[in-house]
Amino acid sequence: MDLSVRIGSLVLKNPLMSASGCFGYGLEYAGIVDLSSLGAVVVKGLFLKEREGHPPPRIVETPSGMLNAIGLQGIGVHRFVREKMPELRRLGAVVIVNVCGSSIEEYVEVSRILSDVEGVAALELNISCPNIKEGGIQFGCNLASTAEVVAAVRKATALPLIPKLTPNVTSVSSFARAAEENGADAVSLVNTFLAMVVDVETRRPAISNGMGGLSGPAIRPIAVRMVYECANAVRIPVVGMGGIGSARDVLEFMIAGATAVQVGTANFVDPFIWPRLQAGIEDYMTRHGVARAADLVGTLDFGR
Amino acid sequence: MYTFPMPPLDVPALVLGNTHLSADYNVLRLEAPAIAADCLPGQFVMIRTAPGTDPLLRRPFSVFEILRDAEGTPAGLSVLCKRIGPGTTRLYDAAAGDRLAVLGPLGKPFSVVSPPVEAWMVAGGVGLAPFATLTEALRAAGAPARLFYGGRSRADLFYLDWFGSRGVTLDLATEDGSLGARGRVTAPLEEALRARAAGSRVMLYACGPELMLKAVADLARSYGCPSEISTERIMGCGLGGCYSCVVRVRDSEGTPHFVRSCLNGPVFNGDDLVWE
Repeated sequence: MDLSVRIGSLVLKNPLMSASGCFGYGLEYAGIVDLSSLGAVVVKGLFLKEREGHPPPRIVETPSGMLNAIGLQGIGVHRFVREKMPELRRLGAVVIVNVCGSSIEEYVEVSRILSDVEGVAALELNISCPNIKEGGIQFGCNLASTAEVVAAVRKATALPLIPKLTPNVTSVSSFARAAEENGADAVSLVNTFLAMVVDVETRRPAISNGMGGLSGPAIRPIAVRMVYECANAVRIPVVGMGGIGSARDVLEFMIAGATAVQVGTANFVDPFIWPRLQAGIEDYMTRHGVARAADLVGTLDFGR
Repeated sequence: MYTFPMPPLDVPALVLGNTHLSADYNVLRLEAPAIAADCLPGQFVMIRTAPGTDPLLRRPFSVFEILRDAEGTPAGLSVLCKRIGPGTTRLYDAAAGDRLAVLGPLGKPFSVVSPPVEAWMVAGGVGLAPFATLTEALRAAGAPARLFYGGRSRADLFYLDWFGSRGVTLDLATEDGSLGARGRVTAPLEEALRARAAGSRVMLYACGPELMLKAVADLARSYGCPSEISTERIMGCGLGGCYSCVVRVRDSEGTPHFVRSCLNGPVFNGDDLVWE
């Protein structure tokens, strides 16, 4: 049975990745998860410099989901390379770094630094964080800006480049096309849906930032639809995410067109989920006589 | 690397019993021998309050008691819950025979003092939770223990006999004056700090509402005592993945940073905490 999938020049041993912002820098989980067993570990978004993030409360639970506005707290690319990469390499993790920037120059600079680091397998370009003004969403919500930042980073790195798209636009597939036309090797989606929860007793927003990004099972059907649309709009691979909590959900995204998937919120609830997801995919492949996981991608049958 | 004292386990714990202490408070006893065996005072567990996706996230709880079998071997743990939302309501309504996913032990524990240092614990409301396991550890270390415990009224103060029978001196306060001193628990604490014998050494431990914690940290500094404070934050995962539960802490150079209370806490040195 072959679980491997290909994202540009990168071959992953299976389609399962941690979602950025939901798995720390990976090492937090090293005591309980075999990091080398994941297709890739996508680490928390990194700017050039350290960032403090928003004051708490940073999350609030919603029906079958959660709203977050962490504010991209992070240690910055230099400390990441110095303090986290050696151990990630030692543990055999396939590391994809989520690259943030408040300007095109910063995206380019962070990408350039990471391109020279042994063990960084790919870059995910965060042009979709809904929670900070300079978090990239100004690039991710405008087609010309998306094209410009992807093209600029493309020139700066030979690593597989995966822009992460926001669902907070009218047509996600047009952004996937803009990414493809400017040299992206794949796109990942969806980042969270901009949303709000109000505490009616105090009449205040439930989280300090006011608005935040909605994730979890509540968003899954919308994410599946968007992955389907993008997979039909581009030739490059689509990495799907949004509320995945079981092997069934992984398969749903793959059948809809995702070559690989990322798991975020479910890892909060169940950090031991990874081997179960893999076993569930294998079980499905056995039951359906599928030899290669890649053969499942985009096999949605409308029956007409 | 992030090193756990012991790697946490996720077990489908059988509910052994659920005691309703009041209309809001309950003590849930859970069968979890492997977690209980490794648990240190001040550590916490993340409990899934229901199967399925609503409520979705686990809830953090200080380990309250370590339950032991007839031979004294850890067989499980209890948590002290206060009903404040849908998740804690499910735990209030849980029945013996139910199963709940319990992940732990997690977080940095209290340091346990030894004689001649005295241990003074300060608890507000549900902040009593980490002090039962600490009391057991202090007894084992032979350290004299005192509990300053405050709540709204006498009906909100629990387990007084439990602590009393383990040699803990109790100093109680209620906002309505129905038991102990009237007002905040930090008033009898300050009185005791002022009255203590010259040269006596006291470690202050605190858990409870944020304002109480700040007051304890301030008193500790004023009276020259070290303090360890257990913070409470909304947590997403308990493992350092989500960055939800941050607390502002000064580093060795005095610069404040947000750190994750699940990994760097929940117990912090009171002098390091920055109050908002």
